[in-house]
Amino acid sequence: MAVIHSESPSLELPENVVVSRLDELASWCRKNSLWPMPFATACCGIELMATGAAKHDLSRFGAEVFRFSPRQCDLMIVAGRVVMKMLPVLQRIWQQMHEPKWCISMGACASTGGVFDTYAVVQGIDRFIPVDMYVPGCPPRPEQLIQAIIDLQDKIQAEGTITGREFNTRQRQDKKRALVECPETLTLDASRNPNLQRELSNSAINVN
Amino acid sequence: MTNTSKTSTSNAVENTHVRAINAFCGPVESSIYRDQQRVIVPVEKCFDALSMLKDRGFDLFIDVTCVDYLEYRKAKHRYGLVYLLASTINAERLTVRTFVDDPQPTVASVVPLWEAANWLEREVWDLFGIHFTGHPDLRRLVMPEEFTAHPLRKDYPLQGRGERHNFPVITRDHS
Repeated sequence: MAVIHSESPSLELPENVVVSRLDELASWCRKNSLWPMPFATACCGIELMATGAAKHDLSRFGAEVFRFSPRQCDLMIVAGRVVMKMLPVLQRIWQQMHEPKWCISMGACASTGGVFDTYAVVQGIDRFIPVDMYVPGCPPRPEQLIQAIIDLQDKIQAEGTITGREFNTRQRQDKKRALVECPETLTLDASRNPNLQRELSNSAINVN
Repeated sequence: MTNTSKTSTSNAVENTHVRAINAFCGPVESSIYRDQQRVIVPVEKCFDALSMLKDRGFDLFIDVTCVDYLEYRKAKHRYGLVYLLASTINAERLTVRTFVDDPQPTVASVVPLWEAANWLEREVWDLFGIHFTGHPDLRRLVMPEEFTAHPLRKDYPLQGRGERHNFPVITRDHS
């Protein structure tokens, strides 16, 4: 026999207990511990170093550890122009990073090619890499890069899931397969559809 | 032999080398422009003239570069090669110029004389397409190896012919 207790709607929790969704908790952890992979090729790399240095401290936002191994990072900051000789390297580094991973395109050259509209410079890395945040500037000031990381943190908190479902774009857009396959023959029921009746009669006239 | 000099002080030192080249490969053009002595030699005698200059004390090979005169109205040849030499023994500099033409511009490589010319001639081959015979390892230096054109020629467009975007695209699906 089950006894139903009608409890008060608002549950009394002690102060050191937090109730949340697992997705939000995982996103909170991930956004506050972004480890950047500095892919610095040119002058923006200097500003990236300045952002990580003492005055504009990036470690305030959890992004202290600038690991140079892609296996240990989850945020790739592409700072500087990327030439066509470097692009396969960039793609390989991106593929070596583990998911969940995000990309910031820092500076004008990484976003659009900048002033270098030449035969050797890729006009924007987002042609070949999925980019989450763009930072304009030549070079952007450290405060701009910090703002980009803050905005990326907001994006991660808003869209993040613990399993990384937001990255499986094609899987989310494909229709799920049914357990029972539909039969091949398709019957058109025109009893309640005058347009379809007209079409079927027209096609019957054309066929005949 | 034209010798249009703009300075009159240091003519004697430079002219010894010019006179030696004159004696070696016939009359050559020479001029002094802003204290820099330059000599124009024909392309078939270029290697011999440079080796003779190396024996005369030009031990430092500074640069070899190229100029494309395709859109220059008064040009007689298409490519002008520029060799910059310096002597650490006598503290002198000399500029040696030759001219080569399409099709298949070819010149003898000076790598047997100066090892520094190795990468410099590779760069000229990469960007202008001038073949250096006798070069031990003539391949592309700054452009990727599968690049087919010579981009610093005047008939190559600045934005390229689409090579810069001919790469596979990685999206979120398969990254």
